[in-house]
Amino acid sequence: MAQEQYDIIIVGSGAGGGMATYQLANAGLKVALVEAGDYYDPASDEQRTQLRNPWESPRRGASTRRRPFGDYNSCIGGWDLDGEPYTQKGDTDFRWWRARMLGGRTNHWGRIALRFGPLDFKRKDIDGLGDNWPIGYEDVKPYYDKVDKLIGVFGSNEGLPNDPDGFFLPAPKPRLHELYYINGARKSNIPVIPARKSMLTKRINNDRGVCYYCGQCSRACSIHADFSSSTALVYPALKGGQVDLYTDAMVREVITDDTGRATGVSYVNKKNGQEQQLQGRIVVLAASACSTARILLNSKSDRHENGLGNSGDHVGRYLHDSTGAGRSAFIPELMDRDIYNEDGVSGMHVYTPWWLDNKNLDFPRGYHLEIGGGMGMPSYGFGFSANQYNEFIGERVGGYGNQLRDDIRRFYGSRLSIDCRGESVPQWGNRCELDPTVVDEWGIPVLRFDYKWTDYEIDQARHMQDTMEELLEASGGIVLGSKPGADRDYGLTKPGEIIHEVGTTRMGTDAAKSVTNEFGQLHDADNVFVVDAGTFVSQADKNPTWTIMALSWRTSDYIVDQMKQQNI
Amino acid sequence: MKTLTRRETLKSLLLAPLAGGVIASTGCIASSNSAAEITWSSLPKSYSYGRTEAEKLRDQKLFSETYFREHELLTIAVLCDIILPSDHPNGGALDAGLPEFVEFMVKDRERYKLPIRGGIAWLDNRAIDRFGADFINVTESQRLSLCDEIAYPDVKDAELQAGISFFSFMRNLTLTGYYTTAEGFKDLGYKGNTPNIWDGVPESVLQKHNVAYEAEWLEKCVDQSRRDIIAQWDDEMNLIS
Repeated sequence: MAQEQYDIIIVGSGAGGGMATYQLANAGLKVALVEAGDYYDPASDEQRTQLRNPWESPRRGASTRRRPFGDYNSCIGGWDLDGEPYTQKGDTDFRWWRARMLGGRTNHWGRIALRFGPLDFKRKDIDGLGDNWPIGYEDVKPYYDKVDKLIGVFGSNEGLPNDPDGFFLPAPKPRLHELYYINGARKSNIPVIPARKSMLTKRINNDRGVCYYCGQCSRACSIHADFSSSTALVYPALKGGQVDLYTDAMVREVITDDTGRATGVSYVNKKNGQEQQLQGRIVVLAASACSTARILLNSKSDRHENGLGNSGDHVGRYLHDSTGAGRSAFIPELMDRDIYNEDGVSGMHVYTPWWLDNKNLDFPRGYHLEIGGGMGMPSYGFGFSANQYNEFIGERVGGYGNQLRDDIRRFYGSRLSIDCRGESVPQWGNRCELDPTVVDEWGIPVLRFDYKWTDYEIDQARHMQDTMEELLEASGGIVLGSKPGADRDYGLTKPGEIIHEVGTTRMGTDAAKSVTNEFGQLHDADNVFVVDAGTFVSQADKNPTWTIMALSWRTSDYIVDQMKQQNI
Repeated sequence: MKTLTRRETLKSLLLAPLAGGVIASTGCIASSNSAAEITWSSLPKSYSYGRTEAEKLRDQKLFSETYFREHELLTIAVLCDIILPSDHPNGGALDAGLPEFVEFMVKDRERYKLPIRGGIAWLDNRAIDRFGADFINVTESQRLSLCDEIAYPDVKDAELQAGISFFSFMRNLTLTGYYTTAEGFKDLGYKGNTPNIWDGVPESVLQKHNVAYEAEWLEKCVDQSRRDIIAQWDDEMNLIS
């Protein structure tokens, strides 16, 4: 039987792959979308976890290996997958998250949707570290604008120099603990503005619903009022009939011909373990930064003996994740509060973008602050350390009996938390590479990580701790736990834990110092493109998803244009 | 008074009638007066909530396993009942099926097994040392006396630390197991997990906390009366619909 020849093969159905699928299929091209996990739609009651009560789960929402963010979290994946190991070099402790489902990790992210600013593309000009992007904000802005309108994001236009305005939907009002935070931030002269997140507080089309404020985006929205790649991009693309979706298909490598150009991909059909191939004119990789690097490194041939795109030894290098640190406080004024429904949208309604100039600081890059708290739904873990705050009000911690009921009610919703998310400095030595001795259950060589934070990130974490302490106290809080010091790297998260890996196939004009050009097109094979965060030259103190989608759209336009011109 | 040795206690326990503690129907009134008669509500043995096939298989396997011995399960029941008694309009730990919840969590999380098995053994040894019988076979006031010495983490007595850790763990599991049931929701007064139109903190609450929304901030917020009108913007990024 003759194999169908696709115009485009897209590997991965997350933010980058979903956007490329939507754009290229709408351009009339025949697309194969290849996803390593299963089909998923939260509108199907069989897959729905939204609006369930905790007692519908025997573990009441507790985390499992397959759902590390809880039993009701929609994202099937984790740092530790059956049959898919990864290894570490030396004392590296990198955590590699993989999603295995339609929509990829857009089923997991917090929907925080921040544009990179003009400074974020030119960091080397500012501090001499890392490299500039080959493009600037002005190149990406038209695509951010289009993403805003197509996908939907709430926020507010503030005219900030490096946190650009957008086509925003209106923001939800702050909750009570967020009003305490706003007051605290005002006292500390630290800015606070409405959050920017991809939930539909207002209708954007007749296909997707409008948010009904259950606060459960992490469970995926059955009316498609939050963004995930599957709900907003893949389903609409599938309707057009131009897309064949292959699920449970784990791509092993990109196949190239004698000239070094790609002819398709080979993959393992996970349902039966069979090796299969797809033929296509163009291959678009969107498997996530590290998985794409792995596929390229495994795509060895006479023409690409170190792996596809790796003639300059850059695939897998400059891997970097966001930095993170968190702290929380007990707010005595929030004791014994009136109980009402303040689920709101999932996560924060307000946040603090980076507000300082690193010129005046002893570390080079910034961070933003995410705010948490409120009267959430009891789930596994609720009631742990039920009356630990008794120590602050002169009462004894511990005990038993019906008094515990009063303690639970008294302290319900009295916690305020801050999480910092910052930019790290990309390093040549921080990388993923193939482990020469270990394979996964399909015999595919696995990744080995080699990664160290530098003093830049550790010094930044120290500053985060001081900021969090100041803000929590200014908000009327008693800060909980001990402040992590130098012996604990100031509470800095492990690399990979924030799940913002970028940089492994970075873009650039010099083929010896980058993997792709500014359109994600491999220097070494002109019909292979990367549309995940691998192409990022630097990460910014922002979440990567909005930029992944803007760049994927930009690449898609370029592909259509180049095909029209018969250049590829 | 004759002090029982550990071996004699086990022997007498084996002879004692441990009446039907494991099986009881919903709504049974629990009693902590006699451990041998303790009963609790049953929890479902199958669940349907958006699971993958692999997850379904794993949960089925967990339900088919038995981890605790009957003596351990009874001890858990007695402890949970002390921590959150049923003599309350919203019910208590046993009405929420706590022993079965603890059993499931222990099977789900391998790391929980030893602390609970060991904790029960510690508690029994302590009870034998002090009162000459296992925890569930001493009197109610003796049981409370045993709990009193391990219920507060500020107690520094070195020989009690293992018991204090165990009791804290059991308190955590009991409260989380109770408050994640309908009875617990009612006890807390929880409101949420339902479609609604969030339009800010109630005015009375704002006043009580002496906070207010700033007019400038509210201008950036959603007008819920227009939420269903499709968003449109002018070229200056202003929302105009």
